[in-house]
Amino acid sequence: MKLAYWMYAGPAHIGTLRVASSFQNVHAIMHAPLGDDYFNVMRSMLERERDFTPVTASIVDRHVLSKGSEDKVVQNIVRKDREENSDLILVTPTCTSSILQEDLDNFVDRASMDSKADVILADVNHYRVNELQAADRTLEQVVRFYLEKAKRKNTLKTEKTADPSVNLIGIFTLGFHNQHDCKELRKLLNDLGIKVNVVIPENGTVTKLENLPRAWFNLVPYREVGLMAAKYLKREFEMPYVAISPMGIVETGNCISAIQKILLACGKKVDFERYIDEQTRFISQAAWFSRSIDCQNLTGKKAVVFGDGTHAAAITKILAREMGIRVSCAGTYCTHDAEWFREQVASYCDEVLITDNHTEVGDMIAKIEPAAIFGTQMERHVGKRLAIPCGVISAPVHIQNFPLGSRPFVGYEGANQIADLVYNSFTLGMEDHLLEIFGGHDTKEVITKELSSQDGLAWSPDAQSELNKIPGFVRGKIKRNTEKFARQNNLTEINVEVMYAAKEAFSS
Amino acid sequence: MVVEKQIDYECETGNYHTFCPISCVAWLYQKIEDSFFLVIGTKTCGYFLQNALGVMIFAEPRYAMAELEEGDISAQINDYEELKRLSLQIKQDRNPSVIVWIGTCTTEIIKMDLEGIAPRLEAEIGTPIVVARANGLDYAFTQGEDSVLAAMVHRCPNQPAKIQPDSSLNTFNSLFKNFLEPVKEEKPTHPDLVLFGSVPSTVVSQLNLELKRQGIQVTGWLPSQRYLELPSLNSTTYVCGVNPFLSRTATTLMRRRHCQLITAPFPIGPDGTRAWVEAICSTFQIEPQGLKEREAKIWTGLEDYLRLLRGKSVFLMGDNLLEISLARFLIRCGMLVCEVGIPYMDRRFQAGELELLEKTVHEMNTTMPRIVEKPDNYYQVQRIRSLEPDLAITGMAHANPLEARGISTKWSVEFTFAQIHGFANARDILELVSRPLRRNDSLAKSFGSNPLVRGNVMMDH
Repeated sequence: MKLAYWMYAGPAHIGTLRVASSFQNVHAIMHAPLGDDYFNVMRSMLERERDFTPVTASIVDRHVLSKGSEDKVVQNIVRKDREENSDLILVTPTCTSSILQEDLDNFVDRASMDSKADVILADVNHYRVNELQAADRTLEQVVRFYLEKAKRKNTLKTEKTADPSVNLIGIFTLGFHNQHDCKELRKLLNDLGIKVNVVIPENGTVTKLENLPRAWFNLVPYREVGLMAAKYLKREFEMPYVAISPMGIVETGNCISAIQKILLACGKKVDFERYIDEQTRFISQAAWFSRSIDCQNLTGKKAVVFGDGTHAAAITKILAREMGIRVSCAGTYCTHDAEWFREQVASYCDEVLITDNHTEVGDMIAKIEPAAIFGTQMERHVGKRLAIPCGVISAPVHIQNFPLGSRPFVGYEGANQIADLVYNSFTLGMEDHLLEIFGGHDTKEVITKELSSQDGLAWSPDAQSELNKIPGFVRGKIKRNTEKFARQNNLTEINVEVMYAAKEAFSS
Repeated sequence: MVVEKQIDYECETGNYHTFCPISCVAWLYQKIEDSFFLVIGTKTCGYFLQNALGVMIFAEPRYAMAELEEGDISAQINDYEELKRLSLQIKQDRNPSVIVWIGTCTTEIIKMDLEGIAPRLEAEIGTPIVVARANGLDYAFTQGEDSVLAAMVHRCPNQPAKIQPDSSLNTFNSLFKNFLEPVKEEKPTHPDLVLFGSVPSTVVSQLNLELKRQGIQVTGWLPSQRYLELPSLNSTTYVCGVNPFLSRTATTLMRRRHCQLITAPFPIGPDGTRAWVEAICSTFQIEPQGLKEREAKIWTGLEDYLRLLRGKSVFLMGDNLLEISLARFLIRCGMLVCEVGIPYMDRRFQAGELELLEKTVHEMNTTMPRIVEKPDNYYQVQRIRSLEPDLAITGMAHANPLEARGISTKWSVEFTFAQIHGFANARDILELVSRPLRRNDSLAKSFGSNPLVRGNVMMDH
């Protein structure tokens, strides 16, 4: 048993349901007790989904405990088949069905005889894998199922498209900014003259999966979901894949170069180097922004990064090599992929933290006291408590992280968005500068307004007018710091000299 | 016109969306200030709590998961030792007056003997441990509270604790008494009255005051603000529920503590509140004073909302057991109720409420709504499609899809968390009920009221 208040990645069935409900015309039936269909609420609320979430539960209740759920599951599958006319019904086990150890496979076989839809049992073990791993497996399982089926029926399409084309694998529902990323990737690929063959699972149809092998290669933008399917396609169909997340200017360039290599190997003469250079230097604003004078203030500022593997690694690299920010600690909750993460960030941060325990992350942040945090909603709340600004860069997320406007994290526009996010998360340059001149944020002693008026400290007219020149949002802080300094030095009048002496004292 | 006045009960498949009953920890830990709730379950339970309770999770709540791992399931690890380790940690970190263990589906299926372990562990660590089963195998949403309160009944003392005059030990209680009682303290002439159901402390004061006007002194509440202040119960105690989902608590009070149950409609809406007060008065043979006038005055104050609601139809999909009381109140408001879905219908515990519903239907000269126990959400959506009600009161899973299809909706969970009891809060119920209608009226002026999905909008469930 583990005492737990919060978790970064959800239970396995959530991953399976995310894959199932991303496809069109796929229905998931959970084998679960009443109340476990909370996924429908999340999808409906967070994604503001207009359609009914295609997930129902075959309820496990007392009767099921005593008699087994065989007939019930079979009936529910057949009923849904009649009602929904789905292409595929995905039977989803939960933690409850894991311990009931019923022969769900057998029920699925029986039900598939009576239903027009294909019926598959998701092959995930609640106690072994988490949401992301389950999503990865389920996606691979569905892809494999339909390609094997097509092979048997001789409908498999293996001849490559005339023009270079790609499958996008791993864009799905409730993913962090996935919809926006998908649009941006399409734009990027279009710029490169590459056609998008199939996007899975989001909005894809399982009947079109037999077209997957027609693409020249696969692109897996997020490491967590899609890699298993890409590896399967490589094994079975010798399809190369690119698994470099195009996040940040440098990685986007690396991703495009990897694509170029694949196309060249296929005999297509392409040269994307000019495109990368043009985008980096002139079209995208991010590289210029990092170079602009205002961004100098960010140099060497401390940051902590935490999130899923893909986003935490990408943001760490962006902060370190594209913005000159010092990443004191980079971490991920994807403990199953720790080795990859370490390797990615090792040279860009002081310390690596691999944990799915949010209190460890909180303690780390408190210890480091960074100028900004880039993390999940949990880190945002830690930041609130410690008065450290936080930019949210990864799931788990809130409804606020499903913005209506386009906010990609990938590609060149994504780099712009990330630059904005990073910049806005730190205290703004000028404000920062002024705070530094006059003693900074770090006033440990509480000095109330009453104290300063009772103290009989008198501000000379000069000092008063000097004070008035300071912008309003830092004036109070500077006034208190100066008065604190005066009291410490037994001064009763504050003139301009005292002000600057105070500044010196606090900045030394 | 032939008008159906008999209650027609149906029972469907039980394929409906509701919250897991472990959600009761969210309001109970806030209500019982010195408690700590430990939910013994899996990641699924934790994920539900963390998402359903949103920001509360960040506020160092007095609840946590004892997350079961593979070793716990396969009994490789000793339950007793594990629970002892976690409970001691909780005791050390938070020092609660009581730890409530919430049993879940998993503890049920692997038959973890929480009821057996608790007394042993309680003796060993010296903190009371109350065990409540609040699992999705047996119960829906608010029934979780019923489980917890039923378990707490056993912890109530038999005799009232001797309170020292001028004892400053219990400041909270004495403040409370000063506020409620006149200067000259009279011993009430009626037997002890304990109310059960968890409501916010302002609602507690409001209902206490309402009875006070009739010369009735409320002896105590289950739950109390603090575990250490649980009311005393014995065969002379009268008990009355304030929420419709507390049937097991009522049964436990009667059977195990031999209390006298006052069956009444629930104090939801001014009509319900009046009937509730009247039922208590009549048990104590007190002639209610000024109650009719008080109810009339509240209704007059609601007129601005009633104008919006009269003649509008409403469909309750059902998920929190408040449905009968809400439907009864809305019929009195002049609405037409198409269907009342409800997870579970205890006709004995809700007898007073059902009687008032029948009476209301008769007096408002309207049709009796279908009462559908264990509804099937799929069929309900089909019915909504054919009936096109002006409002559907529904869970969050269906709200957005229905709105997109031009059906105004209100989230049913809001009725669980809002203050809806007593005369004073009738307005809050109508504020909730009318909000979607008001919002959509104002939007229709700008965007029209066409559905926001393409094609045959109701077919794609």
